[in-house]
Amino acid sequence: MSMPTPMPQPERENYLNKEYGVWSWLLTTDHKRIALLYLLSITFFFFIGGFFALLIRLELLTPAGDLVQADTYNKLFTMHGMVMVFFFLIPSIPAVLGNFLVPMMIGAKDLAFPRVNLLSWYLYIIGGVMMLHCMLTGGVDTGWTFYAPFATNFTNTKIVEAGLAIFVAGFSSILTGLNFVVTIHRMRAPGMTWSRLPLFIWAHYATSIIQLLGTPVIAVTIVLVAAERALHLGIFDPKLGGDPLLFQHLFWFYSHPAVYIMILPAMGVVTEIIACFSRKRIFGYSFVAFSSIAIAVFGFLVWAHHMFVAGMSVYAALVFSLLSYAVAVPSAIKVFNWTATLYKGSIHYDAPMLYAFGFLGLFTIGGLTGLFLAALGIDVHVTDTYFVVAHFHYIMVGGAVMGYLGGMHFWWPKISGRLYPEGWARLAALIVFIGFNLTFFPQFILGYMGMPRRYYDYSHMPEFQVLNVLSTAGATVLGVGYLLPMIYFLWSMRYGKPASDNPWNAAGLEWKTASPPPTFNFDEEPVVTWEAYNYEELDAPHSEEVPVGR
Amino acid sequence: MADNSAAAVQVNAHGEAHNPALLHHFAEPQQQRDAASLGMWVFLATEVMFFGGLFCAYLVYRRWYFGDFAAASKTINMGYGATNTAVLICSSLTVVLAVWAAQTARRTLLIVSLVITMLLGVTFLGIKGIEYREKFVEHHVPGASFSFDKVPIPGHPGQYANPRHAQLFFSLYFVMTGLHALHMIIGLGIFLWLLTMAWKGRFTPEWHTPVEIGGLYWHFVDIVWIYLFPLLYLIDRHP
Amino acid sequence: MAGHVDALYIFLLIVTGMMTLLIFVCLIYFAARYRHRPGVRAEQLEGSTPLEITWSAIPFVIFMVIFAWGATVYFKERTPPDDAAEVYVVAKQWMWKVEHAEGQREINELHVPVGRDVKLIMTSQDVIHSFYIPAFRIKQDVLPGRYTVEWFRATKPGVYHLFCAEYCGTQHSGMVGDIVVQEPAQYEAWMNGGSTGPLSVTGEKIFAELGCSTCHRTDTQGRGPNLQGVFGKPVQLEDGRTVTADENYVRECILDPGAKRVKGFQPIMPTFQGLVSEEQVNALVAYIKSISAAKPGHADEKSKTSASTAAPQIREEVQQNALPNAQSNGSQVQ
Repeated sequence: MSMPTPMPQPERENYLNKEYGVWSWLLTTDHKRIALLYLLSITFFFFIGGFFALLIRLELLTPAGDLVQADTYNKLFTMHGMVMVFFFLIPSIPAVLGNFLVPMMIGAKDLAFPRVNLLSWYLYIIGGVMMLHCMLTGGVDTGWTFYAPFATNFTNTKIVEAGLAIFVAGFSSILTGLNFVVTIHRMRAPGMTWSRLPLFIWAHYATSIIQLLGTPVIAVTIVLVAAERALHLGIFDPKLGGDPLLFQHLFWFYSHPAVYIMILPAMGVVTEIIACFSRKRIFGYSFVAFSSIAIAVFGFLVWAHHMFVAGMSVYAALVFSLLSYAVAVPSAIKVFNWTATLYKGSIHYDAPMLYAFGFLGLFTIGGLTGLFLAALGIDVHVTDTYFVVAHFHYIMVGGAVMGYLGGMHFWWPKISGRLYPEGWARLAALIVFIGFNLTFFPQFILGYMGMPRRYYDYSHMPEFQVLNVLSTAGATVLGVGYLLPMIYFLWSMRYGKPASDNPWNAAGLEWKTASPPPTFNFDEEPVVTWEAYNYEELDAPHSEEVPVGR
Repeated sequence: MADNSAAAVQVNAHGEAHNPALLHHFAEPQQQRDAASLGMWVFLATEVMFFGGLFCAYLVYRRWYFGDFAAASKTINMGYGATNTAVLICSSLTVVLAVWAAQTARRTLLIVSLVITMLLGVTFLGIKGIEYREKFVEHHVPGASFSFDKVPIPGHPGQYANPRHAQLFFSLYFVMTGLHALHMIIGLGIFLWLLTMAWKGRFTPEWHTPVEIGGLYWHFVDIVWIYLFPLLYLIDRHP
Repeated sequence: MAGHVDALYIFLLIVTGMMTLLIFVCLIYFAARYRHRPGVRAEQLEGSTPLEITWSAIPFVIFMVIFAWGATVYFKERTPPDDAAEVYVVAKQWMWKVEHAEGQREINELHVPVGRDVKLIMTSQDVIHSFYIPAFRIKQDVLPGRYTVEWFRATKPGVYHLFCAEYCGTQHSGMVGDIVVQEPAQYEAWMNGGSTGPLSVTGEKIFAELGCSTCHRTDTQGRGPNLQGVFGKPVQLEDGRTVTADENYVRECILDPGAKRVKGFQPIMPTFQGLVSEEQVNALVAYIKSISAAKPGHADEKSKTSASTAAPQIREEVQQNALPNAQSNGSQVQ
């Protein structure tokens, strides 16, 4: 999939056809090629994680444990979580779309540290290979949360290897964040002031801050777990007076903000799409920009809302509940501003916009069910049940993956130089939306009825079966919805119509260069003299005369 | 950066002609320097969080088991720790000298400073190794052979430290000093590379960014030790 | 409790339902009303600070109402009434061992009478578990090395699910059981069958067997403190701190006597870590409570919540054989 096919018309030199051969890809420092390397690898892990999800849903079709063994099931949900979180969701938008677009959107030739960027991909691959090796030689059965003392002293599965895989992949995430922060600070084109940055950049800036400040904490936590297992040091061991709750605090200090690593970039993508397909400047630009930063900051202060029944002090629980509501406000601001952007717009229903609508619907439901979980009295009942499972899938799959797919459709012409088939894409968006709701909405009800998560066998409570069957049925629909885009994207690389430089007539510097772009992105260094989302000028009768730096 | 577009292009062409160290995607050497230095500061912020998690765990247990931690802390050799602190402070000085030498094109001084810095780093690791060996001999390494019987708690006559809590202290001691030592080893690797570059005469007053950011890293590792020393060695010492 | 939780839940359903409706109606209306028409251009709007403040402030106020309500419910959930009947729960991979104050033992079952407040004092022998009764809307993690508590009052006879809600290994989904809620008469009948005597009496026997009573005498001449009337009261420690003698404190004193030594006594008590099982510690705690409880439930407010907040203690070595197996009288009813 990495090799482009020859273009039909006399072609301009671009990043895809400049060089051919395996090494020109494996040793590239071009952020766009690295983005494609990431695209290939995260797609691979997405389908592995998806395969595990399918097996989980099949097992839960009947109350008894009949498809796989209990230990196998426990490994399945653990590996599903680890693969999807650390090897798909966290790198998904930042490492693919962010890598491709951040330099172009600010008018830079590349990221600040191209070799570090390549190193980050290699670290990801090393981590990924370690994770694959770990899965093929036995796997892990602790849940992706690694709770002590089960993970440190009791299970005999491959904790250390899985931990190291995540540690290495975490480094890759840190380096990506570092590259973005420095690039956004130091590499903006002349005239590209902070208040002219696309909101996609603001979202990635906020994301990078979380990657930089959160990831090292999970890294050191993993080191402690590995030291406890491999060297018999006892940091969390209750036998030595160690505190298993300390592990949970350290774990969630990263793993809660990690949710924002997944959702903030998706918010950035959706902002770009809504502006383009409503043909409008985004409503309340500065509020949307600063709400990203606010989410990143508040996101670091709410981790213990995962621990309301863990044995924490009642007063600590109060503080964390209060702060969790504080983080809900900037999310609400974003939703209102997106909605307001549609007002008096000129709305087109192309596939990216359908994904953005899907994002808005699912994120709204996911966000509002977060209010239930932040309410202390209710959290006691629904935490560790399918209610939580449904909630975070609405955010991380309904939100982040919808945003990712929307972004892939929106920028596919830029990435590949080809147009995807619009009809199929609209159909896929619809299938994903329906399949997703069918899979996960029943789980809210299951959760309030009391079905605990990570249950292999529910023959003790057969009344849960109907909703589980619905959920499994939805999962198959969803699976089809995810396969379709992969198929038609691949198809379009050979048979798609060649894309013009700006097929959506969209604002943003990335559309002012060729599709696909040349290796250094712009033939001439762009100079920015306009605000972001200048759709008024673009749609003006003489839009051809808008300065585009060429 | 926003207002000098035309000038930037000229500087770009000018810079590329004269400075082979200027990478293609930067407009001018100043931008490249700023980016490298910001990158290192940002990286050090992540390092702060990395050690921050450890310090956090340490502080929780120290508050709970103060007496046991004080007793365990007394068994590690303060002399070694103090010497190592002095060694690292001296190495920070030589790093500053190295950066100054690079700025002022004093190649010999640069090489000498780098070598002394590395020697001080190796000294630090050597002393650390002796200390680890002592702990091993005394059965203070956590695990099956750990033993910490009848060690009195300072200031509480007749009361002995709980060996389990002492084991917790030593777990943290080894993880914290071990990760710090690992950072020292990485630092030595970086300095070895700087030394070969300096030997080949690659650094000029215009371009010596690696010396600067390598120095930043070294200072950071020193500062971590400045925190580790009192926290681990001086919990409850009195003259 | 279920009523309180459900009331808040329904309130939240209505509020979030209205928010969802508002957003979806706007989305769909705008999407339809402002769909692209040839020749009609979008009208650019910069944004509006008053509007932003409005739609930040109104949700914030709503959120604060939800927060306050949720916190109130949580406080009720986390504060057991003074006169609740006490039941000790020991979790292990993968079963629940239950011991009533009256001495009845059960496995994966808990019998309670209708209308009585029941307080569970829970600990784990191995990993973290979570004691979850969906019908009562309560859940609390059960940790190794310390006590956590939860409480409920059943209002309707019947059999309810008991789940382990914190993932604990291979048979996590098999760590389920039944909460059997009975009419008081039925419950009495069940209670009278096969008991080994009240837990505090068992504790008294252990107290004597281990020789505790030689130092902890009932006068002031003992080498250890007199334990009568101690439970639930503040205790002055040697290092100047004052702690409340709650379940976790008593437990810590048995397993790690040096950690919080009472003022005026020598550090001579040996640790019983590894010598007594979780069940025996529970019995000792019950005994020490019983010699303080002239009138039940005079413990002050602090001791009730602190069971879930105190610093952890050392996990007792698991001694599978050190206790009589409770299987024999685990399920006598039904």
